[in-house]
Amino acid sequence: MTAIVRDAVVIGGGLHGLSAALFLARAGQRVTVVERAYLGRHASGANAAGVRTLNRAIEELPLAFEAMEMWRDMNAHVGDDCGFHACGQVRVAESVDEVASLEARQAQSRAAGFTHEEIIDAAELRRLVPAIAPHCVAALVTRDDGAADPHRTIDAYRRSILAAGVALHEGAGVTKVVRQGQDWAVHCDAGTFVAPCVVNAAGAWAGQVAAMVGCHIPISCRASMMMVTERVPPLLEPVVGLVGRPLSFKQTDKGTLIIGGGQQGRADIETGRSIVDFAGLAKTARTVTELFAATAGVGITRCWTGIEAQTKDRLPVIGTSPDAPGMIHLFGFSGHGFQLVPVTGAIVADLAIRGTTQRNIAAFAPQRLQGEAIEACPQDGLRHAIKE
Amino acid sequence: MSRRVDLLIVGAGPAGLAAAITARACGLDVVVVDEQAGPGGQIWRDIEQVGATPRARLLGQAYGEGRGVVRAFRESGAEFLPETRMWNVDEDLRAYLAHRGRAWSIEAGALLLATGAQERPVPFPGSTLPGVMTVGAGQILLKSSGQVPADPAWIAGTGPLALLYAIQLLAAGGRIAGFLDTRPTGQTLAAGRHAARALLTGPRDIAKGAAWMAQLRRRVPVFGHAHGIVAEGGHTLERIRFRDKRGAEVTRAAKVLLVHEGVIPALHATQALGCRHEWDAAQQCFRPVLDDWGTTSVAGVHVAGDGAGIAGARAAGLRGELAALGVAMRLGRIGAEAAEQRAAPVRAALRRAIGVRPFLDALYPPRVEISDPPDAAIVCRCEEVRAGRVRALAAGGLTDPNQVKTATRAGMGPCHGRQCSAPIAGILARMGGSEVRDIAPGRVRPPIRPLTLAELASLDATEAPR
Repeated sequence: MTAIVRDAVVIGGGLHGLSAALFLARAGQRVTVVERAYLGRHASGANAAGVRTLNRAIEELPLAFEAMEMWRDMNAHVGDDCGFHACGQVRVAESVDEVASLEARQAQSRAAGFTHEEIIDAAELRRLVPAIAPHCVAALVTRDDGAADPHRTIDAYRRSILAAGVALHEGAGVTKVVRQGQDWAVHCDAGTFVAPCVVNAAGAWAGQVAAMVGCHIPISCRASMMMVTERVPPLLEPVVGLVGRPLSFKQTDKGTLIIGGGQQGRADIETGRSIVDFAGLAKTARTVTELFAATAGVGITRCWTGIEAQTKDRLPVIGTSPDAPGMIHLFGFSGHGFQLVPVTGAIVADLAIRGTTQRNIAAFAPQRLQGEAIEACPQDGLRHAIKE
Repeated sequence: MSRRVDLLIVGAGPAGLAAAITARACGLDVVVVDEQAGPGGQIWRDIEQVGATPRARLLGQAYGEGRGVVRAFRESGAEFLPETRMWNVDEDLRAYLAHRGRAWSIEAGALLLATGAQERPVPFPGSTLPGVMTVGAGQILLKSSGQVPADPAWIAGTGPLALLYAIQLLAAGGRIAGFLDTRPTGQTLAAGRHAARALLTGPRDIAKGAAWMAQLRRRVPVFGHAHGIVAEGGHTLERIRFRDKRGAEVTRAAKVLLVHEGVIPALHATQALGCRHEWDAAQQCFRPVLDDWGTTSVAGVHVAGDGAGIAGARAAGLRGELAALGVAMRLGRIGAEAAEQRAAPVRAALRRAIGVRPFLDALYPPRVEISDPPDAAIVCRCEEVRAGRVRALAAGGLTDPNQVKTATRAGMGPCHGRQCSAPIAGILARMGGSEVRDIAPGRVRPPIRPLTLAELASLDATEAPR
């Protein structure tokens, strides 16, 4: 089969890969996206779609604020608002002890020059979220934050990259990436694509892709579980999280409740299968029903998980490979990458076209993880239980 | 509440009941769960209440036959959990159950899915108007509470159930405005080559079907090869439009329309478990791949009854017996030779019971237009997605139901794709120049049966797996 010559090949059809493809194509590059399954198969389609600066790692905040500007104008960017609502996000303290942790966080972000987080008392919390249980005492709030619809976002990016001339191959898993002169040849089920630039946006499998070009970046994986309920009458506006227990709770404009927050399912990186662990999800259900008594009788429509990469310091990997010139890494968002999607593509386009970017991405350099021991996937011990 | 049981049977219809009786006779510890209040399944619904009443007589002989089976089941020593849902099952055969607000899990040495069939989805323009329902739903009302539609009903469809319900409805004092036989012309001829075997193995069934049709023709207007059916009205059904066998358009006032295009195996549990499935060309549906004992591709998981492929109540009971023997053999309660010996007469009876099937399948094929519905038809009722939207996406290059799900939300609603997966696969196949058999069904997400947040919250973490 003849190799097809491109300017850039993006490996991975998740939202970050699509964002990279979009910026590259709009900058005039000939781009191909290869995706092993279908767009948004894992983390991009299985997440709470929180658009959140609240409690985000300080290192990520400058990018997050730039992304937030774009979320407010997604229509101009990808032709759809992606269901984004600036409904606010609150991080609730259930005890006085937990208030101290809110204050510490606020002090930390203020010290770094960020003033977006506000502490509210019980009365204001009840005004914002009238349905919340009476034992909640205070909260940290970001009123400009919000949430979007992950599937609408995937669909908007799909249409946008196609309109920008990107060639998209779904069902095309990469088998090898090899040097060919100054270029990389990406071999996959859809053929061979040769380009000077390869974007590694393969999520939980990005470590394997990096290894194909001799770049060793230890990453682990996670499989956060989500639930969505039947449609119910309006219950709450903002996205609610907790200080002391894993929870992300929100209501969509359709009336469904989206419940996540980090309870982990079982993942098998080899087969790409992930399975809901109901013992863990039962804890989430207990948290929700204790926090919002009105949800007790609400029917659960679906539960699901998707696999994504997790780094040791929970910061993403964004930057040029130190070992493989021309490969740009974009993965490892560790459970909170959705909000950053619009801006990460711009960084990749900077790196691919100009070789540098004005945005501060020093904290995301791949080098920081190299030589680290590989952290076990939290599900590794359960792998034997999964039969394909 | 976590415990272990030799055999967990899901569904107390003919297959589940027969399996329970046989498994108990082999000394197995058996638990049977069913969502209904009593055993009987769809065919013998509420038989313990209704069996001795006059309503049983009008429901026919096949209904009455359930009384003996249910009695034997009650005496078998199998534990019966009524109004209990199996809402998830892991591949290591831990089943998650719920009953009246409580959830728990149970570990099973073997699992028999006897969850039966569902009606084939029938999307057509106007199918979601109040006043339009399925024949199956109408029959449930008739069996459980003797209800008949207040207004004369139009019945449109094909298959034994549509005919049977029409006869039962007339017997119960209901009125039928007209019967739209949706079979394409020539089906009787096409079925002819299977008729000899059918007459040999199931003369009673053939005679019964012919008698029903003759009785119907005497009492109500019957339109042959009705097609292009459209339901119309403001807030509720006011009229139906269709084309008759000559292609002429017919419009009739209507307040009630019952539709039915046959039944297909209920596959959610086997799909969720990752069992292999195959396409059944004669019945135009997927079914699980099974061996002679009803074993799926997942160790310890068996299927019997219409969930294994539509074959009716008699075959369901026999398949249930075979599955129970297979489980007893696998668990070492009976030897392979004894199992084969006991299975031999059951297999012979099964061959006779399914002899009429090829004839019925050929006689009552689903009408083509429901697997390739017009643009205006709503294919996903949960998210109100029309066929035209799916067709446009397919024209744009989408080929996978999971892609359509992401783009339209079709399949994400409470029915989990039970209604939309067949028509969406049909549209994708036609638009992509492929066959429905090549369209992999979308991923099934738990819970596979209804579950509330409070029920999930009650699942005891210390007793759940791992």
